Amino acid sequence: MKLDKQSYQRLLEQKSPPSPLPLDCLKAFLFGGAICTVGETVSNFWQWRGLETTDAAAATSITMVFLGALLTCLHLYEKMAKHAGAGTIVPITGFANSIVSPAMEFKSEGLVLGVGAKLFVIAGPVLTYGISASVIYGLILVLLGGGGGA
Amino acid sequence: MNWMEYVNAFWVGGAICAICQVFIDRTKLTPARILVSLVVLGVALQALGLYQPVVDYAGAGATIPLLGFGYSLAKGVAKAVAETGLLGAFTGGVTGAAGGIAAAIVFGCLFALIARPKSRS
Repeated sequence: MKLDKQSYQRLLEQKSPPSPLPLDCLKAFLFGGAICTVGETVSNFWQWRGLETTDAAAATSITMVFLGALLTCLHLYEKMAKHAGAGTIVPITGFANSIVSPAMEFKSEGLVLGVGAKLFVIAGPVLTYGISASVIYGLILVLLGGGGGA
Repeated sequence: MNWMEYVNAFWVGGAICAICQVFIDRTKLTPARILVSLVVLGVALQALGLYQPVVDYAGAGATIPLLGFGYSLAKGVAKAVAETGLLGAFTGGVTGAAGGIAAAIVFGCLFALIARPKSRS
């Protein structure tokens, strides 16, 4: 059997630590689904309070970010994340976690270059590429003549 | 009360997370790269008109995963471009996602400040 470096690497990854993918996925599914169901409940609460669909969606994002940040602050989110993997990373609560977590860790480096800067370790790239993508999409719409005003 | 709404939010949201778990386990994508990819993908899917049906079907199951963040960026841009043209291409995205962005920064900063250091117990 011939083995070049790459296929050896692949074989090594296959044979060594048997990361139980189906179980990981099941847990991600259950935790992720649960967080989204909480989100649906929160969204219904805001709609019941009289917000329109779009406003309710924004209020729901804010509420879920609040909850994610709070749970991170109480060191509870990381306990969940240990089991849930992507189930806690992918929802917007995970985005909040990715902001609070490094900021907490680097608090000792001060308010500006510690908390203030480290907030954006992961949020920065997300905003950079997300906003850039949205501007590109907007420019395409303008070029296609979707623009109403000026 | 419509229970199907919660079922749909659960399984669609869960499925998105499970798919991302495959990428985390089977590729070298770090969580940060997953988040960035999801937001950009959300913008792209909504731009192609593919994500609105998912949101209509699954509600929070589609808007709570980070794809939904991209979705609100794209939706905001489309609305703003229709209203103000070129200017809207720049203002729309952040406007659409303003609540989430401001909340993330303010609550993030607040909770980071009041958090106790991790106890090594």
